[in-house]
Amino acid sequence: MSALILQDCHKKTIEEICIYYKNDPGDLIKILHKAQTAFGYLPESVQREIAFHLKISVAKVYGVVTFYSFFTMTPKGKHPISVCMGTACYVRGAEKVLDELKDQLRIKVGGVTENGKFSLDCLRCVGACGLAPVLLIGEKVYGRVEASQIKGILDSYQD
Amino acid sequence: MAQFKMHLLVCGGTGCRASQSEIIVENLKSEIKNLGLENDAQVVITGCFGFCEKGPIVKIVPDNTFYTQVKPEDCAEIVREHILKGRKVKRLLYEDPETQKHIEDSKHMNFYQKQIRIALRNCGFIDPENIDEYIARDGYAALGNIITGMSPQEAIDIMKKSGLRGRGGGGFPTGIKWEIASKSKADQKYVVCNADEGDPGAFMDRSILEGDPHSVIEAMAICGYCIGATKGIVYIRAEYPLAIKRLKIAARQSRAYGLLGQDILGSGFSFDIELRYGAGAFVCGEETALIKSMEGLRGEPTVKPPFPAEKGYLGKPTNVNNVETFANVPAIFLKGADWFSSIGTAKSKGTKVFALAGKINNVGLIEVPMGITLREVIFEIGGGIKDGKKFKAVQTGGPSGGCLTEKHLDTPIDFDNLIAAGSMMGSGGMIVMDEDDCMVSVAKFYLEFTVEESCGKCAPCRIGNKRLHEILEKICSGKGVEADIDYLKNLSRVIKDTALCGLGQTSPNPVLSTIEHFHDEYLAHVKERICPAGSCKALKLYTILPDKCTGCTACVRACPVDAITGEKRQAHVIDVNKCIRCGACYEKCKFTAIHVQ
Repeated sequence: MSALILQDCHKKTIEEICIYYKNDPGDLIKILHKAQTAFGYLPESVQREIAFHLKISVAKVYGVVTFYSFFTMTPKGKHPISVCMGTACYVRGAEKVLDELKDQLRIKVGGVTENGKFSLDCLRCVGACGLAPVLLIGEKVYGRVEASQIKGILDSYQD
Repeated sequence: MAQFKMHLLVCGGTGCRASQSEIIVENLKSEIKNLGLENDAQVVITGCFGFCEKGPIVKIVPDNTFYTQVKPEDCAEIVREHILKGRKVKRLLYEDPETQKHIEDSKHMNFYQKQIRIALRNCGFIDPENIDEYIARDGYAALGNIITGMSPQEAIDIMKKSGLRGRGGGGFPTGIKWEIASKSKADQKYVVCNADEGDPGAFMDRSILEGDPHSVIEAMAICGYCIGATKGIVYIRAEYPLAIKRLKIAARQSRAYGLLGQDILGSGFSFDIELRYGAGAFVCGEETALIKSMEGLRGEPTVKPPFPAEKGYLGKPTNVNNVETFANVPAIFLKGADWFSSIGTAKSKGTKVFALAGKINNVGLIEVPMGITLREVIFEIGGGIKDGKKFKAVQTGGPSGGCLTEKHLDTPIDFDNLIAAGSMMGSGGMIVMDEDDCMVSVAKFYLEFTVEESCGKCAPCRIGNKRLHEILEKICSGKGVEADIDYLKNLSRVIKDTALCGLGQTSPNPVLSTIEHFHDEYLAHVKERICPAGSCKALKLYTILPDKCTGCTACVRACPVDAITGEKRQAHVIDVNKCIRCGACYEKCKFTAIHVQ
C-alpha cells in the first residue's frame, strides 16, 4: 500500500464527503466511490479517515475496498489503459492485445509504468461487443484493435 | 410537440458512441441548419438499435431507411440527398451479404424480420432523455390505469397469468415473487431493480436503461403499488456511466410530471426511486449479495431462506427483479396477459433479449420469441459465422452456463430446454465460437473469471474453483493426464452440490458441458498432447513438410530432446511424443519446412 500523508485539505475533503452522506456506514460504498474520484485511489490513510468519521473499524472499510474490483489502493497512470476481457473480446483476440501491451509497456496487469504515464488493467465487458476486441485509454474507446496497432496507439500519447 | 416530416434517429448507445455517433449528430444538425430544413427534419439521439456490428447506425423514419457504418463525413450527403431531394444514399444502405443487394428499409432485413420487440420496444425509437416521447408511446398509461382502477391483488393476478419469468437468469415466475412480497407484513418494503449486469458479453440491461429508462421506472412503480412499497432502489454498475446519466434524467422528469413522488396522479399512492452503485463484483448479481452490497457491506450472499421477499434490504421485505423483467411489465398491462402468454412456449412465455457476440457476422442485441431455435438465431438473424468458418459451439448463460453444439441447433430455446441441454438461459449472452476456438481454453477462461469473482465465503467455491482452474491450466499447457478429466468431473459435481449461492452452484457448468460435448478435444490434449483448434500455445504440433525438407540436419542438431530423426539429404520426421514444442527446429530451418499447427 503506498503511503499518502493526509494534509488538512485532504482531511477536509473526506469529512465533507462523509457529512454529505450523514456519516452513515450504510452509504460506505457511495462514500468510497466519491473518495476515489477525489483522490484517484484509496490508500490506507484515506480508509482510516473514513472509518474514523463513520465510527466503524478500519478493517471493515478495508474489507469493502478489497472486495470490489472498482476500488484500488494503488494510484493509476496518467493514461489508464483497460483491456476488455469479456468473452466476446476474448474469442476475438483480446489476449493477444493484452500480451502486446504487457510487452510494450513492460508491466504486468495492475501495474504502472515507471514514469507513471500508463497503467494497465483488465475489465469485464464494456458492452461494446460489436467492436471487439476493445481497449480503453482513459475515456477513449478503441474498437477492433489488433496487436500490431498497439505501438501506434501508445505513441499517440506523447505527453 | 412540433411536427416534423422526417426524423433522423442516431444510435447513442455505448457501442455507437465509441464510433463517433456524437459527431454524426452534430454534423447532421448543422447540415440541416445550413439547408434551412429545421422545420422539416429533426435529429434524435436514441438508444441501441441492436445492430451493433454495422454501427454507427442512422435510421430515417417514416420510411425506415437504415444507414449503416455512417461516418461523420457522410452526414452532409445524407441530408442533401435524402432529406432535401428524397433520394436514398445507396452506398450507405445495408447490403445483404448473400444477394449483395442493398436493402431499402429495416423491415426487410433478416436481422429484424424474426424479432419481436417487447422489452426493447422503445429502444431505437425514442429519445430516452425526453419523457414526452415515452408518454407518446403509451408510457405511464399502465401505471395510471393500475393505481387508479385496480387493486394490488388484481394487478398481481395479471402478472401471474402472463407467465413472465425472471429474465436475470433464475427464471422464477415474477407474479409469484410479487405475491410473496405483497403478503409479507412490514412497515416498509422495497422494490429493487438489479442492474448489476455482470455476465461478460451480455449488455441488454445496459441497452434498455440507455434506450428506454422510463419503462423500468414505470414498472418499478407498478411493482411498488402491488407489493405495498414506497421506495425503489436501482442497483447499477458504476461502469455504466451513460445508463446512470439517463436514468437520473428520467427520474427527474418523472418527478416533475408527478409520476414519481408523493400522491402519484392523485391516487394516494406514493413511490420514488434512488440509485445505488455497484463497485465491480459479479457476485452482487445474486440477490442476497446485492442486498448486502446495498447496505454498504461486502457483497457476500446469505443462505436462503429467509428469502428477500420476507427479509431483505435492512431486514425488510424486498422484491428484486432484473432490468429486462421490469421492461416487460408495462407492455403486459397495456396489451394484456393473454397477449403476452400467447408468445413463447408452454412454460416460458414472451420474448428474451439476447446479446449475440463472438465469431458471428451480425453482432448485436436481438429480442426473439421464446421457442425460436438456435439455428434461426445464429444463421438467420445472426447472419452465420464470420469469415465463412465452421460453427463449433455457442455459449449461453455466461460463466454459469454451458456450451451448446451443432446437435442443439434445432432445439427450441426456453428456460427448461437450455437447462436440459446442460446450459442455462442466464441473462442472455450468446457467444458464438468457431473451429479456431479451443473448448478447454474456453472452460479455463470462464473458470479464471469465477476464481476472480468468487466472494470467498464458502469453501467449495473459493477452493474448488481454484483447483478446477489449476487442472485446466495444466491440461492447456500439455501436462495433463487422462485421469484429470474424471477428476474435473467429480470435483465439479461436488462444487455444484455444496456451494452456498448460485454463483458457485453453476460455476462448474462450463467445465462439465465442454467435457460432455467435446470429450475428444480434452482427450487430444491429455493423450496426444495436441490442441485440435491450434489455440493452446504449449500444445502446438510441429511437423516437417517432406517436400520442403532437404535433409540438412540443422534441426536435428537444434533439437534438445532428439525428437527428430532421418537420413542425411532425406526428409526428416519429428516424433510428436518426444517433442517438447520448444520451437528450436522452427527457428533453425532455412527452408520453411517446419510446419506448426
